[in-house]
Amino acid sequence: MNSTMKHALIGMSTALSLSMMNILYAAEDTIKVGVLHSLSGTMAISETTLKDTMLMLIEEQNKKGGLLGKQLEAVVVDPASNWPLFAEKARELIEKEKVAATFGCWTSVSRKSVLPVFEELNSLLFYPVQYEGEESSKNVFYTGAAPNQQAIPAVDYLMNTVNVKRWVLAGTDYVYPRTTNKILESYLKGKGVAEADIMINYTPFGHSDWQSIVSDIKKFGSTGKKTAVVSTINGDANVPFYKELGNQGISAEDIPVVAFSVGEEELSGIDTKPLVGHLAAWNYFMSVDVPANDAFIESWHSFIKNEDRVSNDPMEAHFIGFNMWVKAVEKAGSTDPEAVGKAIIGITAPNLTGGKSVMLANHHISKPVLIGEIQDDGQFETVWQTEGLVEGDAWSDFLEGSKDLLSDWTGAKTGGKPCGHYNTQTKSCSGQD
Amino acid sequence: MPLFYALFFALLLIQPAQADISDSSLEKALPLLLEKDFSIKAQAIEQITQSGDPKAKAILEAMLAGQLFYHKKDKRIVFLKKIDNNYHMTHVLSNEDLGVIKKRKVKKIAINNQLRSQLRTAIAGLSLGHQDPAVRLEAINQMLNNLEAEQASIIKTYFEKETDSRVKDVMHIALSLTQLKQDDPEQQLQALEQLKANLHPSVRNRLRQLVEDEHTDAQVKQVASSYLNAIETKTYWYGWLETLFFGLSAGSVLVLAAIGLAITFGVMGVINMAHGELIMIGAYTTYVIQQLLPDFIEISLFIAIPAAFLVSGMVGIIIQQGVIRFLNGRPLETLLATFGVSLILQQAVRSIFSPLNRSVETPVWMSGSIEINSVLSLTLNRLYIIAFCLIVFAALYFILKKTSLGLQVRAVSQNRQMARAMGIRSEWVDAMTFGLGAGVAGVAGVALSQLTNVGPNLGQAYIIDSFMVVVFGGVGNLWGTLVGGLSLGVANKLLEPWSGAVLAKILVLVFIILFIQKHPRGLFPQKGRAVDNG
Repeated sequence: MNSTMKHALIGMSTALSLSMMNILYAAEDTIKVGVLHSLSGTMAISETTLKDTMLMLIEEQNKKGGLLGKQLEAVVVDPASNWPLFAEKARELIEKEKVAATFGCWTSVSRKSVLPVFEELNSLLFYPVQYEGEESSKNVFYTGAAPNQQAIPAVDYLMNTVNVKRWVLAGTDYVYPRTTNKILESYLKGKGVAEADIMINYTPFGHSDWQSIVSDIKKFGSTGKKTAVVSTINGDANVPFYKELGNQGISAEDIPVVAFSVGEEELSGIDTKPLVGHLAAWNYFMSVDVPANDAFIESWHSFIKNEDRVSNDPMEAHFIGFNMWVKAVEKAGSTDPEAVGKAIIGITAPNLTGGKSVMLANHHISKPVLIGEIQDDGQFETVWQTEGLVEGDAWSDFLEGSKDLLSDWTGAKTGGKPCGHYNTQTKSCSGQD
Repeated sequence: MPLFYALFFALLLIQPAQADISDSSLEKALPLLLEKDFSIKAQAIEQITQSGDPKAKAILEAMLAGQLFYHKKDKRIVFLKKIDNNYHMTHVLSNEDLGVIKKRKVKKIAINNQLRSQLRTAIAGLSLGHQDPAVRLEAINQMLNNLEAEQASIIKTYFEKETDSRVKDVMHIALSLTQLKQDDPEQQLQALEQLKANLHPSVRNRLRQLVEDEHTDAQVKQVASSYLNAIETKTYWYGWLETLFFGLSAGSVLVLAAIGLAITFGVMGVINMAHGELIMIGAYTTYVIQQLLPDFIEISLFIAIPAAFLVSGMVGIIIQQGVIRFLNGRPLETLLATFGVSLILQQAVRSIFSPLNRSVETPVWMSGSIEINSVLSLTLNRLYIIAFCLIVFAALYFILKKTSLGLQVRAVSQNRQMARAMGIRSEWVDAMTFGLGAGVAGVAGVALSQLTNVGPNLGQAYIIDSFMVVVFGGVGNLWGTLVGGLSLGVANKLLEPWSGAVLAKILVLVFIILFIQKHPRGLFPQKGRAVDNG
């Protein structure tokens, strides 16, 4: 085990020397891009890949000649899965490093933690992960899915194609699952599903003992009506959940589980046998067979020097977000956040499923929604997808108190004045403007 | 637009086939499998099933197993098997060997859940005459899920020939259920009599439908509702048994995680915040063993248990010798220092194995469950872990009570000065005791690798629970850890259905706080002079 320590020491010293190099390379005439992803702590599992994605995108842009005649330079910081530290690191990126834009965060808690910093210092953040909606900031661009780009289409698929009549909404106990389930519950009731046919369950982070919950789901699903689980279970808790389903003899044909947080990256760390046939809803799958995706995977493999690494949905979100920002900077002719923020609305950039996404006035983007079934090789087989692209909706139409709200940072729909929180009933804007 | 034409054309193809099913042959149905639309594939499967062709079953089974492919160029449908890293094609109809092909030249015939379910039912219908009783049992169970009235005659013919009693029982249920579907009250009562005490969910649902249906005959309704009540009562009691099992298994996980700590913290009094990471190291050892011996997954756990004991034990001894030894009698500093060690170990694992979770495979003998009856089944992995927990406990108890090392450990923990005066090398005993506790933590990691994620954060999830169990059970008492862990597990599972997982955890914590207020030394307080010395 001595070698463990040695490896650790080597790892640490390389990390140190790498950061030294970053400083050495910091030439005068570069545009700095902030990368705010946890490289240690609980979220490192997901966020490290996104940091690598950003480094790859920046490297490729530099090969193409950079931006506005300058080279791009990535400034990587490690907020260590610690929410207050996200805010401190964000401040450091903007005030000390003077980055032109920041790509980062994962989980709504981290985003909410940095939000005041970006608004106060008027800088731009691109957030690449699916989230619960109910937010629209002048300084944030949401390139991940809003609930209407993931949860609602998934439920539609189950209801119309699989004929599901009974619903289990299972989630981890924090803001994203709670809000998403509230939206879904109200949506399902609106479609005529009875209260008794909806079971809602919350579990703590990292929950590993699923015996009684899976047993309850089994009982709930044994009434003869087709039952499905809509899972907003986050991160590590998924593996024991699926394992328990398998052990208690529940297959995807009996009770399918559709998950919003299980992607290729999460599947690469587990034994996928018990998961085959369960579903996931995303805006991108690695298995999508289009030239743009092939090219992306190829450059990802050569950048990371490992053919076995997978690509996933948040990586695609960064890909789209970064290209939109590049185009907006070129259009504005400067990296000034105010100018770029105005220029980026309406900008289109190719996504990796063969279409073109557009940045909407509410700072969300348009994306296709794909439903895939998990295969034994850890990939998804697309079984359904929306006809065209779905526009991200900041304020859900299915929640009391938010259905009258809309967001428009051009001001066209909000009485001429840009507003992220405009009430169409009272015709007034509250919050940030 | 081309897709639309393809669909239209495909539909044209199907029309005549549907009109005259007797004419539908295997060859005709096969090309439809290449369609992208799953509903067309479903019709193709239907046709293949009804073709009566002896090759149909093999094709359906290959499709279910994901071994049915088509050649991207000439659209031939083939079986694809991987032999020694090469993909071999065989023709679906003639079984002729078509040689080796690159996997990129062929594409799998994709299926989804509905097709999977349809395939299983179709194969089940074709498997009722299979030689293996287990296959027949699975087949008839599968048919029970979506039973059609017209299947009664098929099942009846097989029922007469059936020799295995379990298969016969399920076939009996199936037959009675189809009988129950008839409108004749006489027949229904007869069927009800047969289904009297049956716990199978399909029986319960059918009875419930009968009771809720307005058109049901009054007498039938009455009988059905009284049987339904009997079944519900039985199910209710089995539900309690199941909860108890869940509680015991959750408890044994707690005991496993805590028992190493019962030695380092309980016996030695060292607050070791790196205990969770020692568990994590045990889990990673299992992963490494499986990577080193990929052909021995079935026995890998038996190799991993001693290996994890040694690896974690060694790390434990290094921590004890390198850090804890110098902080003797300074609990706060020990706490901080070991917390630091835990962070270093986590980051070390991230650097060596990557921050991603590692996949530890579950041996076949540990997956699945034993079915006691239709409403109560015990998952095998949990059963083994309960047994494993008891074995570890017994072994540790034996070491502490019956070996000379155990005697010395107890002597040093009771009175260090006196033990030294008697010639015991207390430094050596400290190192060994800590190594033992750490090693047991590693063994717990092997068990946990079967239940949860093997990742850098594995340890953190269990450290709080471990301390909770040891403090609740009584510091320094192994029995306390066992009883404490099991009862906390059961309490948690009893509360969970009623309060939800989040609140159950909080309630248990509140209970422990109150309990410790009343009994500061836990369930089984340490007696004797050692208590005063601290």
